[in-house]
Amino acid sequence: MRKSSGKASGYDWFIRGIVYLATAITVSVLLFIIWHVVSNGVPHLKPSLFEWKYTTENVSMMPAIINTLIIIAVALTIAMIFGIGAAIYLVEYAKPGNKLVAIVRITTETLSGIPSIVYGLFGMLFFVTTLNWGYSVLAGAMTVAIMILPTIMRSTEEALMAVPMSLREASYGLGAAKLRTVFRIVLPSAMQGILAGVILGIGRIIGETAALLYTAGSTHRIPSSLFNSARTLAIHMYLLAGEGLHKNEAYATAVVLLIVVILINLLSNFLAGKLRKEYNQ
Amino acid sequence: MDNIITIRDFNSYYGDFHAIKDINMDVEKNKITAFIGPSGCGKSTLLKSINRMNDLVEGFHCKGTMMLEEQEIYKMDVYELRKRVGMVFQKPNPFPISIYDNIAYGPRTHGIRKKAELDEIVEKSLRQAAIWDEVKDQLNKNGLSISGGQQQRICIARALAVNPEVILLDEPTSALDPISTTKIEDLLNELKKEYTIVIVTHNMQQATRVSDYTGFFLLGDLIEFGDTDQVFSIPKDKRTEDYITGRFG
Amino acid sequence: MESTGNRTRTLEQVMHIVFLATATASIISVILISVFIFMTGIPTMAEIGLGEFLLGRNWFPRHTPAQFGIFPMIISSIYVTIGAIVLGVPLGLLTAIFLARFCPKNIYRLIKPAVELMAGIPSVVYGFFGMMVIVPLIRDVFRGLGFATTGFSMLAAIILLGIMILPTIIGLSEAAIAVVPRSYYEGAVALGASHERATMSIVVPAAKSGIFASIILGIGRAIGETMAVIMVAGGQSIMPENILSGVRTMTMNIVMEMGYAAGLHRDSLIATGAVLFVFILLINIAFNLIKRKVR
Repeated sequence: MRKSSGKASGYDWFIRGIVYLATAITVSVLLFIIWHVVSNGVPHLKPSLFEWKYTTENVSMMPAIINTLIIIAVALTIAMIFGIGAAIYLVEYAKPGNKLVAIVRITTETLSGIPSIVYGLFGMLFFVTTLNWGYSVLAGAMTVAIMILPTIMRSTEEALMAVPMSLREASYGLGAAKLRTVFRIVLPSAMQGILAGVILGIGRIIGETAALLYTAGSTHRIPSSLFNSARTLAIHMYLLAGEGLHKNEAYATAVVLLIVVILINLLSNFLAGKLRKEYNQ
Repeated sequence: MDNIITIRDFNSYYGDFHAIKDINMDVEKNKITAFIGPSGCGKSTLLKSINRMNDLVEGFHCKGTMMLEEQEIYKMDVYELRKRVGMVFQKPNPFPISIYDNIAYGPRTHGIRKKAELDEIVEKSLRQAAIWDEVKDQLNKNGLSISGGQQQRICIARALAVNPEVILLDEPTSALDPISTTKIEDLLNELKKEYTIVIVTHNMQQATRVSDYTGFFLLGDLIEFGDTDQVFSIPKDKRTEDYITGRFG
Repeated sequence: MESTGNRTRTLEQVMHIVFLATATASIISVILISVFIFMTGIPTMAEIGLGEFLLGRNWFPRHTPAQFGIFPMIISSIYVTIGAIVLGVPLGLLTAIFLARFCPKNIYRLIKPAVELMAGIPSVVYGFFGMMVIVPLIRDVFRGLGFATTGFSMLAAIILLGIMILPTIIGLSEAAIAVVPRSYYEGAVALGASHERATMSIVVPAAKSGIFASIILGIGRAIGETMAVIMVAGGQSIMPENILSGVRTMTMNIVMEMGYAAGLHRDSLIATGAVLFVFILLINIAFNLIKRKVR
């Protein structure tokens, strides 16, 4: 206890007590959740859960895993093109006070606040019905791409702004034009920050359920085309949990989901650590 | 007198702020011209106006004429301008890529792709910058992994690699230690045989050591311009004398 | 060596437009979402009758005549959100204060990633946990006290959502507290305040706009949560009697019936989504207005 005027008062003990207590509760809750899921799920992790072909017997999660990867790949491609492009425009091209910039900021902030069920409804109304894509990987990926657009934009913007102006000046001073400066000098330097945003986006897609339920649907097979329906791992788990027949398998699926999330977090932390080291150099 | 840059009635503004007033000046070929003056006097602004780096600043505009030989600087192709007029900045700013790629960046930008050609240019530039022997075995090393003084010489080599006619240096040694500073000053003396050099410095001793001509700036005006020896020993203007003897700035 | 010149200039102009175009993706998305949600939602609400829809307490979409009152769902969403805030904000804020001002460095390196991990756990996993642990717990505890309940209740939703918004509250609040200038703290301590007093009376209040932002974000998360609440809240589409009643939030309403709804029924669910959307927009606007006033 840091003493400044002498004895620690009752107030000090009280404050100390409640902040420690609050943290202890928070951490305990987290640990308990993880322990509960893992202890109930790991015993039921059997190879049949990972078979390529799904049957109502094995309720294999493998197709769902593959589907999740497919949707991530498609959604990321779309989100990165538009998100990184937009960030480049905002940071490298737009003049300060540009009205478009202000509007884009408002719309991006709005997008990030919309609940996933509303995204799901929109995706269903627009991609599935109006564009007549049906319940499909493409509908799901497009919907989710819009969801993670703000994340990609924000991380890329921050990464671009962190690149020192002096690097750009050096490039211009050598006679390079803006495009070359952006692609050869600014973007590579910003790569890690961009990657951090991409990982955040991946994490969001993996956990997403409501938005995909009404766009990508819940077919358990691996899709043969982008226009087929496909359930992701999170949807698979939701359906298992809701059925009531496959509690054990649901736990096992939850364990896999948790492992994936933990891995993504570790990756993200590792990147952030590297970023911090380079920034301080 | 062979002048490579001529400046006539040149004025520049940041928004409403009149940064540089009615500058008339010539820069002679293959000589070192120094701009000196207290902080905020406009010397860096004038320097950056020559290679139009100020175009990047919102609200900058200018009047008057600046000529690079027979071409008007503010009318010619800006990328061509920056190939002919190179710049070295106050704080060394190598790209976070290999030393080789740093030097090769300029030539690649301007169309040179063949490895053999690039190898030749990289070696030549590094030799001209008097740093070849120090880094020739480490061309793949990251440009940021070497010392500050070495980084600045890499930046000089990088500027040389595009084969400019004029090199502008904006307080190039103010962030460096005395030994690196000396190395770079010696380098400049060598370089002027092939290039024209304009250097902004707040270090008067550096100006006397290095430059042939000196221009003294104060609050945006060019107060005095002439032979370095003359400006420093028998200044024509009292303000020049006050600055040189340290009464202000 | 050729100079870059005219080809570059054209390419530059083209790419400028290309990047500009990508920037409009965000604007176009918001417009599309608003249009589609409201294009279905507003006529539906008009057909049902705005008052009947928003204030009606009877939700019988498959009766004849069908009734589409979502007031119980609106109220349930509000109650559950308030409850989650009441539970999550004090817990989260105190944890954030601990992390920012009291936590020893070696423990911080363990707890911080743990909190970030919490943020990443999918809502279906939270929901499943809630269903398997929180619901039975409530059932057993309160039945023991003499109350009848299945455990699927507003209370379960409140507890679960309170847990789920913890990482949001903690993350932003901690960041806000951490950037309060050290000079404030030192000034307080130099005047004789203890570490605790200086932190609580000077540092934390200085971070209030960031803390407030975290609360707004938490509200947004709570009111928009779907999958987790579905698994614990019960689903009864009537006005909740007490905290142990089964409830149905607006989000639950949509997901529970979308699978088999058709025609006006389906449209009314989309209209529910529109109401949810408006709620979120209003919260965001209110937040931005307050942010501007505070500045």
